[in-house]
Amino acid sequence: MIKVENLHKSFGKNEVLKGISTEIKEKEVIAVIGPSGSGKSTFLRCMNLLEEPTKGIITIGKDVVTDKKTNIMKVRENVGMVFQHFHLFPHKTVLENVTYAPINVQGISKKQAIEAADELLRKVGLFEKRAEYPNRLSGGQKQRVAIARALAMNPSVMLFDEPTSALDPEMVKEVLEVIKSLADSGMTMVIVTHEMNFAREVADRILFLDGGQLVEDTAPAQFFLEPKSARAKDFLAKVL
Amino acid sequence: MLDFTAVVPSIPYILKGIGITLQIVVGATILGLVLGVLLALCKIGKITILRLLADFYTSIFRGTPLVLQLMLIYYAIPQLFDIQIDPMPAAILAFGLNSGAYISEIIRGGINAVDKGQLEASLALGIPYTKMMKDIILPQAMKNIMPALMNEFITLNKESAIVTVIGALDIMRRAVVVGGSNYHYLEALIVAGVIYYIMTLILTFLGKMLEKRMRRSD
Repeated sequence: MIKVENLHKSFGKNEVLKGISTEIKEKEVIAVIGPSGSGKSTFLRCMNLLEEPTKGIITIGKDVVTDKKTNIMKVRENVGMVFQHFHLFPHKTVLENVTYAPINVQGISKKQAIEAADELLRKVGLFEKRAEYPNRLSGGQKQRVAIARALAMNPSVMLFDEPTSALDPEMVKEVLEVIKSLADSGMTMVIVTHEMNFAREVADRILFLDGGQLVEDTAPAQFFLEPKSARAKDFLAKVL
Repeated sequence: MLDFTAVVPSIPYILKGIGITLQIVVGATILGLVLGVLLALCKIGKITILRLLADFYTSIFRGTPLVLQLMLIYYAIPQLFDIQIDPMPAAILAFGLNSGAYISEIIRGGINAVDKGQLEASLALGIPYTKMMKDIILPQAMKNIMPALMNEFITLNKESAIVTVIGALDIMRRAVVVGGSNYHYLEALIVAGVIYYIMTLILTFLGKMLEKRMRRSD
């Protein structure tokens, strides 16, 4: 489904990703973890070209994302993304946030888009908030709307960039539950997270990044019980 | 001594200038807004030549007196191309071109003040640039810049009085004509001043209403 080959990314002289290669299968749920500054978010953002890789090849489905000839806007329609700070459109209602892209990008009729949005909003438990503006919502609610907005495009992959890091502790659970139910429904997902328990519970595989390198690529049970590398052991000793 | 009795019969004549002033202000505002948005988009865009041209445009129109620009358009351009231009179109053109420069700076600032996450969220959803600007970025920028924009319009409303130098029959010009005809300049000018002041109050009020409307999502 997703293939990453020798991915490099530098910001000026600062090399953030130093050659990452991995493959993600359909329906697989990947948790990307590692210390801050390890390049996790950059890795994720390279997948839909919010960051342009300095070197390397990324393929999603049949599309070679890193090929200049690929229409990246088309690829992005197929790759949902959820941000740490939600980035809902503040001047649009919850419903408009969810329906805008299906109507204006995919050309779906307004009626159909609203039906689909209502269904998604029910799924994330926010149907009754559909007429509200984002400023009236709590952080957890905003993030659930953001998830619905991304899902409204019917993506085949979902990327989550620290989806609970900006939330108050009591709101983390409601968002993680939505993500978990999405994982259970068979969505292919890549999740950058600091929630170790969540990663252990939901992920099929853990990618552990440190210093711009993919240090471990293993099953959660293996990773959390007996990490191979000293760096992963170090990291886990600090966070668990 | 103030003696308004001499100018009272002429007040309706001065009031008729409101229409002329409004035509200039509305015409120039529309031109200025369109131009301002286009220039602002050039300034934040990736195309170097457009950026440089927009910056150059702004620096010329902000760096020279408005009255000079007005007279250039009214007197010099017809001379250059051997055409006639009436005072009204000349005034609308001069004020529109001039306020376009100022408005472009206001809008550029407003666009830059929109959270970068809005751009990323739009990109991630595959929203094309034009739609993103029109539906996502500009509406948010507009909300931020409403106060500055209203200020620009109020300034324009008052500054339009300098069209008197090219003979357009606006409020100011009419007050001067009335004053000149009966030597009661002071009274005639006070009448003009009161009219401008009331117009400014109304514009300020309308601006506040508009701001309120745009803030309903807060």
